[in-house]
Amino acid sequence: MLSTPHIIDMQDLTEADITMILDTAESFKEVNERRIKKLPTLRGRTIVNLFLEPSTRTRTSFEIAAKRLSADAVNMTGSASATVKGESLRDTAQTLSAMACDLIVVRHRYAGAPRVLAECMDAHVVNGGDGRHQHPTQALLDLFTIRQELGHLEGLTVGIVGDIANSRVAGSLIPALRTVGAKPIVIAPPTLLPARPDVLGAEVSNSLDDVLPELDVAYMLRVQMERSEGMPFPSLREYARFYGMNAVRLAKARPEMKVMHPGPMNRGVEISADVADSSRAIVLNQVNSGVAVRMATMYLLLGGGDSGTAS
Amino acid sequence: MALLLRGGRVVDPAVGLDEVADVLIRDGVIVEVGKDLEMPKGIVIECAEKIVVPGLVDAHTHLREPGREDKETVESGTRAAAKGGFTAVCAMPNTDPICDTGSKVRFLVERAKERGAVRVHPIGSLTSDSAGSTIAEIGDMLGEGAVGFSDDGRGVQDAGTMRRVMDYAKAFDTTVIAHCEDESLAGSGVVNEGVVSTMLGLPGWPAQAEELMVDRDVRLAELTGCRLHLAHLSTAGSVEIVRAAKARGVAVTAEATPHHLFLDENALLEPVSGRAYDTNLKMNPPLRAASDREALVAGVLDGTIDCIATDHAPHAPHEKDLEFELAPFGSTGLETALSLVITHLVEPGDLDWAGLVGLMAHGPRKCLGLPEVWLEAGFVADITVIDPEARVEVSTDKFESRSRNSAFLGHNLLGKASETIVGGRIALRNGKVVD
Repeated sequence: MLSTPHIIDMQDLTEADITMILDTAESFKEVNERRIKKLPTLRGRTIVNLFLEPSTRTRTSFEIAAKRLSADAVNMTGSASATVKGESLRDTAQTLSAMACDLIVVRHRYAGAPRVLAECMDAHVVNGGDGRHQHPTQALLDLFTIRQELGHLEGLTVGIVGDIANSRVAGSLIPALRTVGAKPIVIAPPTLLPARPDVLGAEVSNSLDDVLPELDVAYMLRVQMERSEGMPFPSLREYARFYGMNAVRLAKARPEMKVMHPGPMNRGVEISADVADSSRAIVLNQVNSGVAVRMATMYLLLGGGDSGTAS
Repeated sequence: MALLLRGGRVVDPAVGLDEVADVLIRDGVIVEVGKDLEMPKGIVIECAEKIVVPGLVDAHTHLREPGREDKETVESGTRAAAKGGFTAVCAMPNTDPICDTGSKVRFLVERAKERGAVRVHPIGSLTSDSAGSTIAEIGDMLGEGAVGFSDDGRGVQDAGTMRRVMDYAKAFDTTVIAHCEDESLAGSGVVNEGVVSTMLGLPGWPAQAEELMVDRDVRLAELTGCRLHLAHLSTAGSVEIVRAAKARGVAVTAEATPHHLFLDENALLEPVSGRAYDTNLKMNPPLRAASDREALVAGVLDGTIDCIATDHAPHAPHEKDLEFELAPFGSTGLETALSLVITHLVEPGDLDWAGLVGLMAHGPRKCLGLPEVWLEAGFVADITVIDPEARVEVSTDKFESRSRNSAFLGHNLLGKASETIVGGRIALRNGKVVD
């Protein structure tokens, strides 16, 4: 059993929790390679994907994960957001509670919404990304992918490059790496950094070229212009020159260094097309791991076939 | 009608008083302060073990009427004030519509006369519609009873406009109250920029967004000679700027709120309410770092900050129940301020009762040029009686305010008002508002 009834903030998970999720995901990954990719484990359980912000990739990944475990998966999505209709978060929670759902996956435009929902309902909550705050299943699938590719996590140095300030992926990945004994370095101009990356456990560098030779993994983030207040750099061209991963830069990195990206990629900005399509990039492995890791979180939170309840 | 406050500890530094005495009131005026006073006919209030002080004034209250009577009204807000020991409140103009003309001031004055449990001093808008561009009808509003001017809720963004407004206000010898927030820096910030904004993934509002405007407005006060009062200071840097300005003789005064004095941003990480992302802890300016809080307390104790003001900001539950970034800014404060100051400053021995009177009774009157109230024959009988031993648990079911959004829900406090007397009329008796 996990030490927490919800997966909302990576800082709530112990190293043992993370290891349990990754180990469980290994067995589900094997299931995903079969011709019949379905287990009866969560039959009769209801999982709601409450996506109050546009998302295709993450929602699909959660939906596939739920269906492969035979849960009844329902999507509540997008523009029909409760917030748009003026409903309070508490009302949304009570409405979902009244439908007796077992697990809610929440993607929300604003930080903290999954936590507030979890406080007002009995169901387990998985944070599918809240504002600029956290995206814990992304961090878990990233750890899973790194472990698969490099064999271990402890002692690795992972450079997270780009729009850290607006990235919920970084918000989860930094503490996750810390918990498993890896060293996260955030690499960005100060305009793309949060106020205090150190409190999340990250070292800070403003120069990709300076730290590149140390890295076991270069984790490239998408520049989220839509979340920025004011242009954080002069041009995409200049950004790519100093913070983009390209073939020239890749040649200066360790030969075993892997390049990751949570998607969707801006080719030509944070990652050049040739790098994205090279064997050094393990972006599709990440996507592939996503389903197995999300199956593992659902399975562990819902106690397999047992009737585990939250709180 | 006569009223005798018998046997309380009467404290008023303005007249050098701190002794057990009686206060005799007739026709709304203090007629005598002394030992063993006789009153042939009238109401006697026994004040043994209590502290009798000049009536407290809140320099910064949002009454929400007109426009948002679901949150607060003149009636409910002044009842909350009476409950909290305030004999007067200064009502901020950001109602709907904004209080920016003489007739709107008159509405508030008349409404307060009809339904107010305590005195209401209107603050008029500094600029038309608080839009920060053209000067509001300051002279007209003064004529109807406004006591100061502010675009509270927003800072005047343009320095040239602020200068023009202060130049003009100077002609009327009135006070400009500044809400200091440079919007280009504060952006969409909802919490202090730093540890907590990073941990919670919320947009940060840096201390410097306040300090730049505090500094600007202090310099404009020097340039124009207009009296400046700085609302709700929240940062160590602001305290430093004010201390330096006062040292060189600038006509500037400042206030701090109980929430900025007694809470810091860490409250968001471990809320007493137990609610994560507790929107009752969302205020503007935001709760700051522990070091800022300490600097504010030091500023209050050394006189850099002239008064403690509540920034009582009532909000409806359905609005506060929204996502943190969407919920409105503000905490109620009228019914907790006195207890908080007693609990956190008087009880530990950092502030004596005379000091409390300075910060909550004389200070706010001086900042806004309101008539003095001394505990001496001839002064109007605006008096607060404090029970220093009362235990107070802050909970939603005990408020006179229409709203429940206190940042201090769940806190256990010491001391409260037992009587609030406004011009000789008993507005609060034994801790209960008199209907």
